[in-house]
Amino acid sequence: MVSMNNVEAVKSALDQALKSDKSVVVLGEDVGVNGGVFRATEGLQKKYGKDRVIDTPLSEEGIVGMAIGMAVNGIKPVAEIQFSGFLPAAFDQIFSHAARIRSRSRGRFTCPIVIRAPAGGGIRALELHCEMPEAFFAHIPGLKVVCPSTPYDTKGLLLAAIKDPDPVIFLEPMRLYRAIKQDVPETEYTLPLGKANVVKEGSDITIITWGAMVKYTLDAVSKLKDVDAEVIDLRTIYPFDAETIIKSVKKTGRALVVHEAPKTAGFGAEIVATINEKALDSLEAPIMRVTGYDIPLPFARLEMEYIPSEERIIKGINKVMEY
Amino acid sequence: MVKKVIRKFEVEYLQVLDEDGNADEKLMPKLTGKQIKELYENMILVRTFDDKAFSMQRQGRIGSYLQVKGQEAAQVGSVYALQDKDWMFPMYRSSGALLVRKQPMHLLYLYWGGDERGLKSPDNVNNFPIAIPVGTQMPHAVGAAWASKLLGKKDVSMVFMGDGATSKADFHTAMNFAGVYQVPCVLVCENNEWAISVPIKTQTHSETIAQKGIAYGVKGIQVDGNDVFAVYKAAKDAVDDARAGKGPALIECMTYRIGDHSTSDDAKKYRNEKEVEEWAKKDPILRLEKYMKKSNLLDDAYKKKVFENSKSEVEKEVKKYEEYPAQDKEDIFKYTFAEMPYQVKEQFEEYKHG
Repeated sequence: MVSMNNVEAVKSALDQALKSDKSVVVLGEDVGVNGGVFRATEGLQKKYGKDRVIDTPLSEEGIVGMAIGMAVNGIKPVAEIQFSGFLPAAFDQIFSHAARIRSRSRGRFTCPIVIRAPAGGGIRALELHCEMPEAFFAHIPGLKVVCPSTPYDTKGLLLAAIKDPDPVIFLEPMRLYRAIKQDVPETEYTLPLGKANVVKEGSDITIITWGAMVKYTLDAVSKLKDVDAEVIDLRTIYPFDAETIIKSVKKTGRALVVHEAPKTAGFGAEIVATINEKALDSLEAPIMRVTGYDIPLPFARLEMEYIPSEERIIKGINKVMEY
Repeated sequence: MVKKVIRKFEVEYLQVLDEDGNADEKLMPKLTGKQIKELYENMILVRTFDDKAFSMQRQGRIGSYLQVKGQEAAQVGSVYALQDKDWMFPMYRSSGALLVRKQPMHLLYLYWGGDERGLKSPDNVNNFPIAIPVGTQMPHAVGAAWASKLLGKKDVSMVFMGDGATSKADFHTAMNFAGVYQVPCVLVCENNEWAISVPIKTQTHSETIAQKGIAYGVKGIQVDGNDVFAVYKAAKDAVDDARAGKGPALIECMTYRIGDHSTSDDAKKYRNEKEVEEWAKKDPILRLEKYMKKSNLLDDAYKKKVFENSKSEVEKEVKKYEEYPAQDKEDIFKYTFAEMPYQVKEQFEEYKHG
């Protein structure tokens, strides 16, 4: 076990994957000599060479397009998109090709790629560097979407994503890159995609959240004296773990979803709909959402007005509890 | 202060066979009489397939279709330089190239008839599924070629695009990566002068598409795309170079779309009929026939036989297509992921049992 933060967990996973599978290649902007703008690939090019940790030209559609071609011809590319705000440039390749190669070729070709991207706000970054795009990608059949919150989960889920036979969008919350340290095995291990984690057990209300919001939800919940909340870290957005959510809601009878992305058509809506379909009889109150607003993410000075705060989360919990 | 010319570039043009069917022996690629006949037979088969597809669309026996007509030399000549294990990345107008690449004809009709199974290439041939968005296939070809290079394989990638696709960012990024990493990829542009209703002059202010290669450090050549020998020679040189580790190439085939853009389009709205007539005179098949007659490779009996064989082959394949067992409806759920996730499984059950 080694104590590491989330960036170090990403690096440890990539190191492990490059070591144990010769077909794994890491590619992206500044991932080689510079070791990535967040240092997630630091030292890897030195260790594995320029043909396995590749500095590419500055082109997101190129990086993903190349990765697709590489993947059908025997390589397992782990592509880094420098910030999730740059993912839209690659959207056509992801939507039109990566997600449907298996289907369009009736299984003759597959696309085992991982697209990693730092995501989310709260670090006073430039505009278009801080969005949470999970809902866009969750809406594309053929993709898996992962968003871990802890170092242990980051490493285990990233290794699972690399081994997965289908394309995976792997969103890494920037705000948590260096915010948490945890003991993580140095050896290779995987955590199953599609499985949520009950990070705090409780009996009064189920809070479903993911990414950076897990930490801030836990902080908020720890300040509540009269409410015993259960907190679920979804970890995988698609396919999401409905079973764990439903089981919890049936126990607590109340639910709240917390996410950073805008409210309308956000992934929270999907969770609310699923609870309604499967556990309406258990509900004692309407399910509420604490989310970003339907506005462009404000620039650094006011971004915290947008991102759900502890205060807003507590208000949301109280609203559900007092119904 | 210094002001001087630091680089001068040239763009090569290649024509082996003139419009009267005379070949320049010095430029003629190495081809046996048997191979020339094979090229001809392939071109006739493509034309016959294509005409049949068009009429089947009109009869409602397949869905939308995009004709190859007039571009047979550009497609047949270029893929003729490939080996089966090489990679080919087709676009929607690449039916001719796919046929030569051993894509079963009835599967092509099946695809244009709206059935995914038509896109599945035979296991021994690496044909990627046809790209429907314009130009998105170009980065895939470069990526696959890059993988070949990284894995030490000797196979080459070839990708097809129209002139319109060169305006897309995918062209730029594919050419750029191909140049930087010197991958074994041959990019074939069929410049058929029209991207639906937009003529090449509106598409680019560049005098040629071939010269765009220069900016990326990628060899570029323009060839007479209705001259199957010129196309084959340029493709063979490019494929051989790529296989030998000498990097990528861009081939611009000057050709013409004799038909409409698609079966939903009417080119008379934006295109002068005279222009079409002029290009019809430069038909790649007529030109090859003239050459073959002069070279004693073609007489009336042989020609008749080739046409009859193509016709019966097409009829046989149409029958195979029309009698092809219906797709198992449940298949629509089965190929999205290697293993159905919970959500898909649940929806699949709902689909099956209501």
